[in-house]
Amino acid sequence: MTLERPKIAFYWCASCGGCEEAVVDLAEEILDVVAVVDIVFWPVALDFKRHDVEQMPDASIAATFLNGAIRTSEQEEMARLLRRKSKLLIAFGSCSHTGGIPGLANFFPRDSILQQVYVDAPTTENPDPILPTENYRDGGRNLSLPHFSERVRALDQVVDVDYYVPGCPPLPKMITRAVAILVNGQLPEKGSVLAPDRALCSECPRKDSKPEKIALKQFRRPQEILIDETQCLLAQGLLCLGPATRAGCEAACVKGNMPCTGCCGAPERVRDQGAKALSTIAGLIDSEDEMEIERILATIPDPAGTFYRYSLPASLMQAKRGI
Amino acid sequence: MLNAVELANGNGHASSEATEPRIVGFFCTWCTYLAADLAGTSRIKYSPNVRVVRVMCSGRIDPQFVLDAFARGADGVLIGGCHPGDCHYQQGNYNCLRRSRLLARVLRQLGIEEERFRVEWISAAEGDRVRAVVDDMVEKLRKLGPLHPSQPDPFPILGQERRLQEVTA
Repeated sequence: MTLERPKIAFYWCASCGGCEEAVVDLAEEILDVVAVVDIVFWPVALDFKRHDVEQMPDASIAATFLNGAIRTSEQEEMARLLRRKSKLLIAFGSCSHTGGIPGLANFFPRDSILQQVYVDAPTTENPDPILPTENYRDGGRNLSLPHFSERVRALDQVVDVDYYVPGCPPLPKMITRAVAILVNGQLPEKGSVLAPDRALCSECPRKDSKPEKIALKQFRRPQEILIDETQCLLAQGLLCLGPATRAGCEAACVKGNMPCTGCCGAPERVRDQGAKALSTIAGLIDSEDEMEIERILATIPDPAGTFYRYSLPASLMQAKRGI
Repeated sequence: MLNAVELANGNGHASSEATEPRIVGFFCTWCTYLAADLAGTSRIKYSPNVRVVRVMCSGRIDPQFVLDAFARGADGVLIGGCHPGDCHYQQGNYNCLRRSRLLARVLRQLGIEEERFRVEWISAAEGDRVRAVVDDMVEKLRKLGPLHPSQPDPFPILGQERRLQEVTA
């Protein structure tokens, strides 16, 4: 290892591990990454601990890629610590970018989540019923757990973030491109999302099959129909969020014959991905009659969960008003 | 448009003392806006709680406008458009109808009461209907009270703030 190579770190917070997997998915390309950088902290793969990070000088890490949303006090502490130790902090993946799947927990109050998980769930046996406590004394030893906060937050709702790599998880191509941008020193404007600023439809292989006007009497879920592998998914009545989602993944889901669920967030000018997706979808309804419109809309079982699948904590309502 | 809410708030922030509901109205320039104008020239009195934003068509109202109004402190949002079939642009109010039905469901899922988001068709001749709708909405919102944000998590655990300061120092 030479000292000149920029130091980088990977860390995870409220996430599933898929983003770590995405780094491993670089396969042999990871060797190209390792050749130009020095990985100094990566709990999933390397045995370094928090105190090792604490001992590093401030701003000594060139870039930290942090995936996962922020739910616990421990995650917040690590986010702040890594912010302090890093020149650049990069929100990596949907959870860290906009809240992601863990952010859907914000539909429920904190206490009801603990109640469901530790008491009410059919597979839980907890007759007493014991809930996790932050401080517990056991035979003279103090045991502690991090605080489970009221809400899930995106990384930039906790600390200053320099760049975002979107996706659930980010594709290998997006990762190598992001690393290349950082290593070359040609830094884009702070706060940029390191993915093209246009809608996914622009790079969708089925874009030519999208009709001029789509008129739907019913929305469908993927399991309800035999999906035509060549035609625009919106035209088939599926809730494809491509029009309200940022490009960059090269329509990976559509290539797998599944509709886009919106993991890459919205293009720059959209402030609320859910609202934009809602607007797009409502525009496809083929009816001018209020009752019929209601009937058609009833074929969307969970609109908020669908349109805000990855972005609830970053939505206008939650980010600004905590609703 | 956002200044409308900030004006209504006085300082741009939701105040816990404010009890008067603040409503942002998006009125179509061809019908509901003219109706509000008619109400004014006819000396019809109605509650002053609504701050009107004139738009060219109810079909121009992006759901983001509605969410932004709520996010910036509105207690209610009222959309006024032309009666079905009367749209100056043929189709705009139907677009508004489709979007707002879906938006209403999303708002309910986000915990916002039904009464806080309302769409009304009011023609340029219906000045008195502006009064009736606004007064009725204000009445309902008074009963509901202000749209309360849930409290941000203050880390109530002793020592938490100190620990955070240590890592941030």
